[in-house]
Amino acid sequence: MKIAVAIKQVPLRDSPLRLNAAGTWIDEDTLSFEINEPDAYALEEALQLREKHGGEVIVISVGPARVSQTIREALAKGADRGIHIESSSIDTFGIANLLATALRAESPDLILTGLQSDDLGYGQTGVVLAELLGLPSSTIIMQIEIQPGKVRVKRELEDGWFQHIEMPLPAVLTIQSGLNKLRYATLMGIKKAKTKEIKVISLDGAAEVAPPSAVIEKLYAPEKNKQAQIFQGDPKTAAAKLVEKLRFEARVL
Amino acid sequence: MSVLAIVEQRMAGEVLAAAQQFGSDVKAYSIDLPYTADAYTSAVEELIRKVNPTLVVFGHTYQTRDYAPRLAARFGRTLIGDVIAARFEKKDPPIFVRQMFQGKFNADVRLVGDGPHFVSIQAGAWRAEGSPQVEAFSPSSTTSRQVAEPPFREAARAVDLTAADIIVSVGRGIKEKENIPVVEALAQALGAELAASRPICDAGWLPMDRQVGSSGQTVSPKVYIAVGISGAIQHLVGMKGAKTIVAINKDPDAPIFEVAHYGIVGDLFEVVPALVEELKKTK
Repeated sequence: MKIAVAIKQVPLRDSPLRLNAAGTWIDEDTLSFEINEPDAYALEEALQLREKHGGEVIVISVGPARVSQTIREALAKGADRGIHIESSSIDTFGIANLLATALRAESPDLILTGLQSDDLGYGQTGVVLAELLGLPSSTIIMQIEIQPGKVRVKRELEDGWFQHIEMPLPAVLTIQSGLNKLRYATLMGIKKAKTKEIKVISLDGAAEVAPPSAVIEKLYAPEKNKQAQIFQGDPKTAAAKLVEKLRFEARVL
Repeated sequence: MSVLAIVEQRMAGEVLAAAQQFGSDVKAYSIDLPYTADAYTSAVEELIRKVNPTLVVFGHTYQTRDYAPRLAARFGRTLIGDVIAARFEKKDPPIFVRQMFQGKFNADVRLVGDGPHFVSIQAGAWRAEGSPQVEAFSPSSTTSRQVAEPPFREAARAVDLTAADIIVSVGRGIKEKENIPVVEALAQALGAELAASRPICDAGWLPMDRQVGSSGQTVSPKVYIAVGISGAIQHLVGMKGAKTIVAINKDPDAPIFEVAHYGIVGDLFEVVPALVEELKKTK
């Protein structure tokens, strides 16, 4: 079974984020990056499926040069090889198109990706990719069961409801966090990763990327809520003030 | 501007209210089919070709997330998902505002080119109004590669957080499982139920039935104390109906402070024990 996992590199969780001078994106110069968390679960699921059914796991990512580090980390966890499409596009439709072009040549049996990214949070790259490849898809998946020629999945719905869906392979699934336990890279894995192949696809010029149908005009901190009373000072003083307010102002204790 | 509202039971009134704000020429349809991604994609595609709208509006539900991106792609568009506001300028369509970086920033998104464009609105961002007419649409034909079984719930929840007057809820800030007793002590001092954001339950540090948020329980207690929870939208939708919200977080810019009534910016490992002391002292 050939499984492709589309992963994205995003700023390290809890990084202090600042806007760029133009106010159109974040200032990336001082940031560190890591794999988008839901994509890490997608990768783990792919590795577990390979352990069960055999085959190959390919990680694929679109992004600037720094993305190769995150691909290398995925190889260290056990993916077999990587594909890095060098592009600075952040448009979902454009990125999905780049992924589709590369994956068409690979024709995997199953494509996994996280349900959404921690940066843009559009949550649609996987679904758009499926459309472009002409494949069925299902989203927010909690469980995958491979059957001959098809896949049965458990999809999460709102308010604690779930649903089982069956569809033919190949298919694209977007993975919910928490469906498995993430593994760490072993020393051996890290060593092996150095010799694994990362195919780099460089896009000279923007000709390969369709013009986006939506652009971020401005990025800004949300307006501060004036109603919140923030208690300052040392923890003890702040705690005392909070308890007093809850008792005598909110009258809820 | 002509607007097509795709209405499902969930968020119906909100979608209609948003559609009416976006344009004066609104047509609202529900899709008269059992849901699968393929069936809805082709049904709404047919509807769009019939109605020819400039803008298609959905609620940002799990169902929409499952098929609307595919539908938009079929028209060469990106779905502008989870929109929280629209700002009108001289000409249509408006600028749509959505959160990015897990609520740390808002983005003004401008649509480029001709319609149809695709927008889904966040739950709670528009107030449901009136009950305008919704027509049921049956497509001329339907095929689906997905076969869906009936929705189900896991075994009954052991914990009903919706009945609790006070909830102490814990997020990633707790760092590791061994630290859970820190917040347990606060819950105990308050006679509160202990709850958590999704990552805590994903990691197995607390059981799934203590999860608050879009995929967990929706609660509206008298007091909700969010400890080490940054306040991603998936969590906020589950608790912003609480009467009094208290946030304890080390990041002053955490989105949780936007919905909080009271807050302490600080290290939860210092603040929470101080709170417990204070509660014991004044009992």
